[in-house]
Parts: sequence; structure tokens; C-alpha cells
Amino acid sequence: MLEFWFFIEVVLNGMFAGTMYSLIALGFVLIFKASGVFNFAQGFMVLFAALCFVGFLEMGVPLILALVIAAAIMVAWAFAVERFVLRHLVNQEPIILFMATIGIAFFLEGFGELLWGADVHPLDIGIPDGAWFVGPDGVMMVQQFDVAAAVIAGGLVAVLALFFTYTRIGRALRAVADDHQAALSVGIPLNQIWIIVWAVAGLVALVAGIIWGSRLGVQFSLSILALKALPVLILGGFTSVPGAIVGGLIIGVGEKVAEIYLGPYIGGGIEEWFAYVVAMLFLLYRPQGLFGDKIIERV
Amino acid sequence: MAAVQGFEPETVSDEAELPDREVGEVVLKLENIELGFGGVKAINDVSFEVRKGEIRAIIGPNGAGKSSMLNCINGFYKPQKGTITFAGKTMSAMDPHFAASNGIARTFQNIALFRGMSTLDNLMTGRVLKMNRGFFWQALRWGPAQREEIEHRAFVETVIDFLEIQSIRRTPVGRLPYGLQKRVELGRALAMQPSILLLDEPMAGMNVEEKQDMSRFILDVNEEFGTTIVLIEHDMGVVMDISDRVVVLDYGRKIADGTPDEVRRNQNVIDAYLGVPHED
Repeated sequence: MLEFWFFIEVVLNGMFAGTMYSLIALGFVLIFKASGVFNFAQGFMVLFAALCFVGFLEMGVPLILALVIAAAIMVAWAFAVERFVLRHLVNQEPIILFMATIGIAFFLEGFGELLWGADVHPLDIGIPDGAWFVGPDGVMMVQQFDVAAAVIAGGLVAVLALFFTYTRIGRALRAVADDHQAALSVGIPLNQIWIIVWAVAGLVALVAGIIWGSRLGVQFSLSILALKALPVLILGGFTSVPGAIVGGLIIGVGEKVAEIYLGPYIGGGIEEWFAYVVAMLFLLYRPQGLFGDKIIERV
Repeated sequence: MAAVQGFEPETVSDEAELPDREVGEVVLKLENIELGFGGVKAINDVSFEVRKGEIRAIIGPNGAGKSSMLNCINGFYKPQKGTITFAGKTMSAMDPHFAASNGIARTFQNIALFRGMSTLDNLMTGRVLKMNRGFFWQALRWGPAQREEIEHRAFVETVIDFLEIQSIRRTPVGRLPYGLQKRVELGRALAMQPSILLLDEPMAGMNVEEKQDMSRFILDVNEEFGTTIVLIEHDMGVVMDISDRVVVLDYGRKIADGTPDEVRRNQNVIDAYLGVPHED
């Protein structure tokens, strides 16, 4: 019986970790949906948003106000990216847009450091940090922080999934990602769509940055951590919001279960590479991911 | 090059003779359009106008600037000089969104469909500008927004019937043969209920039967919906058959403008297509 509860605990922990991955992956999905491009800068947006937030907090700005200012900065950032970068790259190859996002990433990293310095900033926004003990005799421990983070991530994901699945913006997004010229010719306002998507991706980055920052401290390694979203995306499909969630959960649970139950037999450290192996298998057998759009090529 | 240097601008009839058929007022006017890419002049001082309800063809040898002209009309290219008059506004360049929202739809020389989407979804994108309900209603899929979606779907179905593409409604367009893709692209433009339809080589790469089908569709659209059509086409037989008036471009200049018969007899046109003997 004890083993059963232990298993549940492992799975739960995996799911909590998974929602954190989903949160990061979501930002990538949004921009991929609207431009067909992997936004290399997403991780740096997470970092930058968190830096702004923590920076204002440290200046003594109240929590809510700091949140609003940081959100406003991310929206302004979306306008700037559209105005100075994307607008000039309409109808270019995806690889060129991708290169542009690399440029944006490095700009953002340098700009963030210039504004806020390179120190690690501890962040505490009052998410409870205790633990609950559940099950018979309290055999299972659940971190309150994990639950809070999962609830926030889940809520955000649900809102976004509804927004993009059930509004006409979903169809417009696919159109923009598919063919810029054709989208313009039917009157889809390309520039507005890009601003909306980058702004939403910026807000998602802010939430992800705050949650990850509360756990690890706001520091530059956050931007690298974001790359953990890559296997999640390959698993879930680059174009699917629900895919990002399911992908995140599978990776999170898979990692933990593999570490605990396979670890003793083939050596530890499975957590580090498990996600990438799963992603590789998916690339072999289902390159569009679980929920992604199928790519059709007529030869 | 002799053909270009040889011709005198004054021999060009600026005001082309109107066809016998009833056509309306000028709906689109291009004046002294100039467009260059670096050192290359793609369009050099070209003026012409399009009248309501006519089928207006733009012809000319490869590289004459025909597609560039179409791209200026719907705002993909911004001419360096000249003006475009449309929808009561005289502009130095068109904006693609303004063009689309005021009833200019187009197809492309190299088909530009949303390849991952079904035929139906492709056509539905043509309705984007006609949808008014806000995201909130859309998100709930409820009330007015749902009624609206149904209305648009109904209109798209009439376009599907019109073009006889019922059987490929659910097929992702990337999987369709070339001729059908061209037809879906026309369908997406028609779904916009355009007042002016720009067709860039609608029959390129088609076999004889497909060309006949496409010609019939173009004529039907023009007659049944009163849509003004501007088309680029290389098949002279088709152009002369279906168009009311023809503009001829060569090396970015306008060398003739008139009814198919006038154009056929024009010496500049004959020279441009067949070349002129060089004198030593």
C-alpha cells in the first residue's frame, strides 16, 4: 500500500513539473502558430519579463502595480518587435524569421542585463511554501507551491485554449502562418495579428517567469531552462495549445517515473535526458507530434 | 530591344475605345505608375483605367511588368511614382488591407493557398473581413456569433456549388491536383464577394478542358455577380475570346490599349511578340 502511495506521489510531482514545462511551451506555440517560426527569444522573454517584475518590486513598487507595469512592458515589447523587425520581414522564408528571433534574443538578454544587472534576484510573491500530508497517516507529501503553480498554469492554459480554439482568430492565425501574401490578400491584418500574438506570448512569459523565478530565483539561467520546452513541443505538436499541455504532462511524469523506477537499474540522471529521447522517438514515428497539423507535401 | 526604342509614345491610344457591351463608370484608375527594383524599371509610366463590370486583360511578354502591375493594384508593391484612384480615394500606393476591405480580391500566379487547411477552411478565410462579432461572442460560440458563422458557411457553400468543388470540401488543399488548387484559390477570392477580381494567370499550366472550365467560371462570375475582372493571361486565344479590353505591356511600358481586335492589329504589339527585323 505504501508503494502505491509513493507511486502516486511520483506521478503527481511529475505532473506539477509538467505544468511548468507546459507554461513555457505555450509561449512558443503561440508564436509558432502565427508565423510558422520557432521563437528562439521566448526563453529570454521569460527572463526579461521576470527581471522587470522583480526589478520594480525591489524598487518598492507594490506587487499588483509591478505586475501591471511588467505586463505593459511586455505588450510594448510586442509593438516594438512588430514595428522594427517583423514588419520588414513579411513574406520572407521561415528561416529568416528564425534568424531574426535569435537576434531579438541576444538583444533582449543584453538589454535586460543593462537595465537590471546580472545578479540573481530572489523572488517571493507570497505563494505558500509549506506541504500537505495526505493519504492514510499522511504518507504522501504535496508541496503547496506546486499546487498553486499548477492551478495558475492550468487556468492560463484553459483561457488561451478557449481563445484560440473557438475564435476566428484561430483560423486567421493558421492562415498567417501558412502564407503571408495569401493572408494579406483576403484582408487578414497581418501586423495586428503579430502584435496580439507577441503580446500574449509576452504575458505568458511573464507568468512563467514569475513562477519559475519564485522557485529558482530570477537569474540568467532561466532563459536556458526554457529550452526544456523543446521536447514538449515535439511531443505535443508545435501548433497545438492542448498539445503543449499534454506534452508537458507526459514529459514531466515520464521523467520522474523513469528516474525513480528505472534509475536503480540503469543508473541515475535519467531525468536529464529522458525528455530528449522521447522527443527523438516521436520525430521518427510521428514528426507532427500528438496534436500538430499534419504537413502535406505533394511530390 | 529595337521594339522598345523604336516606338513613339504618341502612337499609343490613351483612351481605349469602349467595347460594344454595356460597361459602367471607371472604378479603378492608375496614372503614371512607375516601379523599380534597384536599377530595374519594372513599370515605366503606365496609365490605364478599369470600368465597372468589364473583363480587362493585361498581356505582354515575360518580364513585361504584368504581375508587378497587379501587385501595385492590391498593395503588395508601392510604386515610386504615380497615383491609384479607387473607392473615392487617390493614393500614391494601395494598402493591402484597404484593398481587401474595399472589395479587391485576387489569385496568384504561383498558387498561394493555405496548404494545411481544407478547401472549406480556405474559403472561410475569405469571409474574415465580413465577420463583425467580437472575440467574446466568438469565444462562447453562442448567440449572434454562431448565427453569423452559419450565414458565412452558407455563403461559402454557394461558392462551392458554383465552382463544382463539393467533393473536395474536406480535403486539405495541399493534396489536390494543380488544376483544382487553382479553382479553390478562385473560390477563396469569390468568398470575399469582391467588386474587383484580380486573376494572375488563372489558366497557367492547365490542359484544354481545365482552361475551358476556368474560362466559363470567369465569364459566369462576371455576368452573374457583375464582378469586374482584371486578368493576366498568356493564352492569347482565351484572352481575345473573353476580355472586353486589353492593355499590352512590354518592358514595363504600355504599348497598346483597346479592344481585342484593335490590339491584334496594333503594329507595336505584333513587334513586341514577334520581334522586328534588325537593319544593319
